[in-house]
Amino acid sequence: MAPGAMRTRERRRPDWAALLVAVGLLGLAALVAWDASRLGAGGAYARVGPQTIPYAIAICLGSLSIWTVFAAYRHDFPKRDQQDPGPVLWIVGGLLAQIALIKFTGFSIATGVLFAMTARGMGRVSLPLALLSGILISAAVWFVFGRLLQLTLPAGPIEHLLVQGAELIVAPFKAAPGGAV
Amino acid sequence: MDTFALLLQGLAVAAQPINLLYALIGVTLGTAVGVLPGIGPATTVALLLPVTYKLDPAGSLIMFAGIYYGGMYGGSTTSILLNTPGESASIVTALEGNKMAKAGRGGPALATAAIGSFVAGLIATIALAFLAPWVVKLALAFGPREYFALMVLAFVTVSAAFGDSALRGLTSLFVGLTLGIVGIDLQTGQARLNFGVPDLLDGIEITTLAVAMFAIGETLYVAAQGKRAPETVEPVRGSLWMSARDWARSWKPWLRGTVIGFPIGAMPAGGAEIGTFFSYATEKKLSKHPEEFGKGAIEGVAGPEAANNASAAGTLVPLLTLGLPTSATAAIMLAGFQQYGLQPGPLLFTSNPQLVWGLIASLLIANFMLLVLNLPLIGLWVRLLTIPKPWLYAGILLFATLGTIGANPSLVELGMLLVFGLMGFGMRVFGFPIAPVVVGLILGPMAEQQLRRALAISQGDVMVLVASPISATLLAIAAVALILPLVLRAMGRGRILSEVATDND
Repeated sequence: MAPGAMRTRERRRPDWAALLVAVGLLGLAALVAWDASRLGAGGAYARVGPQTIPYAIAICLGSLSIWTVFAAYRHDFPKRDQQDPGPVLWIVGGLLAQIALIKFTGFSIATGVLFAMTARGMGRVSLPLALLSGILISAAVWFVFGRLLQLTLPAGPIEHLLVQGAELIVAPFKAAPGGAV
Repeated sequence: MDTFALLLQGLAVAAQPINLLYALIGVTLGTAVGVLPGIGPATTVALLLPVTYKLDPAGSLIMFAGIYYGGMYGGSTTSILLNTPGESASIVTALEGNKMAKAGRGGPALATAAIGSFVAGLIATIALAFLAPWVVKLALAFGPREYFALMVLAFVTVSAAFGDSALRGLTSLFVGLTLGIVGIDLQTGQARLNFGVPDLLDGIEITTLAVAMFAIGETLYVAAQGKRAPETVEPVRGSLWMSARDWARSWKPWLRGTVIGFPIGAMPAGGAEIGTFFSYATEKKLSKHPEEFGKGAIEGVAGPEAANNASAAGTLVPLLTLGLPTSATAAIMLAGFQQYGLQPGPLLFTSNPQLVWGLIASLLIANFMLLVLNLPLIGLWVRLLTIPKPWLYAGILLFATLGTIGANPSLVELGMLLVFGLMGFGMRVFGFPIAPVVVGLILGPMAEQQLRRALAISQGDVMVLVASPISATLLAIAAVALILPLVLRAMGRGRILSEVATDND
């Protein structure tokens, strides 16, 4: 909540960032309307077809965009604090790295990188330590959720090692009854 | 069969060892996420949906409801000891609770919150059991137009009626409705807003959206705030026990909080936090010690904490009887039902009474578990608050992406997680509420279907929507709920509305 003093102070310049929101809403409205325009009507009861609701939503988005312009000039948006871009970039970078890596390296390494970069973004941590713990935790998570709860999580070298290791441990128990027959 | 017999039957289902285990897992997880800042019940249920896909429906739903209840209990701990609400329904608790903790009365504050939550949860769950059959009877008379009117009302109350700006609430709602259009139109089979991407034909997954907006958006937002406001955990000093005087001052606020919270949750009126603000205002007005408010009045903890638990139970009334979610958590629980091919509503009560009554009965049991978890074991939860921020949020993101990858291991899905996460971050910066987006995404397509059904029956005559007294009344209430707050704000009376801002969960 902005303090009253800030609100009453006269400011002629519009809230540029809020205007940007208005432009975005208008763009979204145009997109929805364009998409609806290429849809065919819905058969016999053509009055309400698949494009009816999209058009209605587009009109509402357009109106909200105009309303936002007014709000931007009246400074109706809450005061925004200074945002620190560094940590955000670390975390977004981590998510991008996970997307880029996951098909090639499997779940554990990709998610370990995400873990490390998020931790680094949130505070002072040693990156190698964060990476190592991230990969170890992710490998454990992969084993529990991927093997035991049967989620389909992409596998890579670490996951293959884990499976082979697990089989080596289980093997003697499996072999015993088999060998007895 | 009367409600009592049905409830007893439900208790038999809920008392099965496997269901007790699910309830225990649910309330434990719920308490943990309630305690942890940055992750709430909505996110947790969304994360667990893909994991529970292969489990038994009754068990998973019992677990989800346990998470919802547990979140309401756990949130108070963070509010009282850290002055940072663990979830939005505990914002008010921080006002008096943290002051009590600073004055060395953290123990009684935690106790009145936990016992108040227990009393309210118990009464409200019983109220749910007795109210639900009535609403079901009423709902049987509902046709498409009544459902459509009801959903319009839910849209308005979730987005525009409360909060500090109708503009931002409605914008959030329409962004959600837009996302709801994406995918194949069920009646004509045409793809809408998918831009040729096959992954989008099934629509946008509610779990992906919720996890991105709540977990990733919140993480980015917290990260962007840098190192402002160092947080200190107040140690729990002295006895956990409430004195006779504390009891005397607490029991009335508990009951009043329940009476305030339950109907607000049960009406399509948004999340659990609204009731907490009303309860706080009521206690302040009725208190014999008004001078203590703002300095640690126990009534200010007891009332709102009872109200938020009563609201959580109340939210289950429209969810179970009408299939109408009125909070983000309820919206995701609805997705949970749908995952098993179950549609909550009047029919579920006849087609699957075991599940419905088992769920309701398990909530009674969950309440007892939560009382034990939150009083004697409170020290364990306080420890959670001391996890350093980097490790906490790194872990949150690990699990956030795990749920999405597990549900659908495609790069498009992960890309959406990132895009919606950035959107959630941007919306937080500009003060847009998140819950309307989630509710809009799940309720939008349902409302469209009901509208098109209603208009197909009337052969396109729009007047049919107001031709039935029920739908006309509901639409009229929706119109009032939309216009009245605008008038109040224009007259400069908007302060009370912004105080009851709907935020998360």
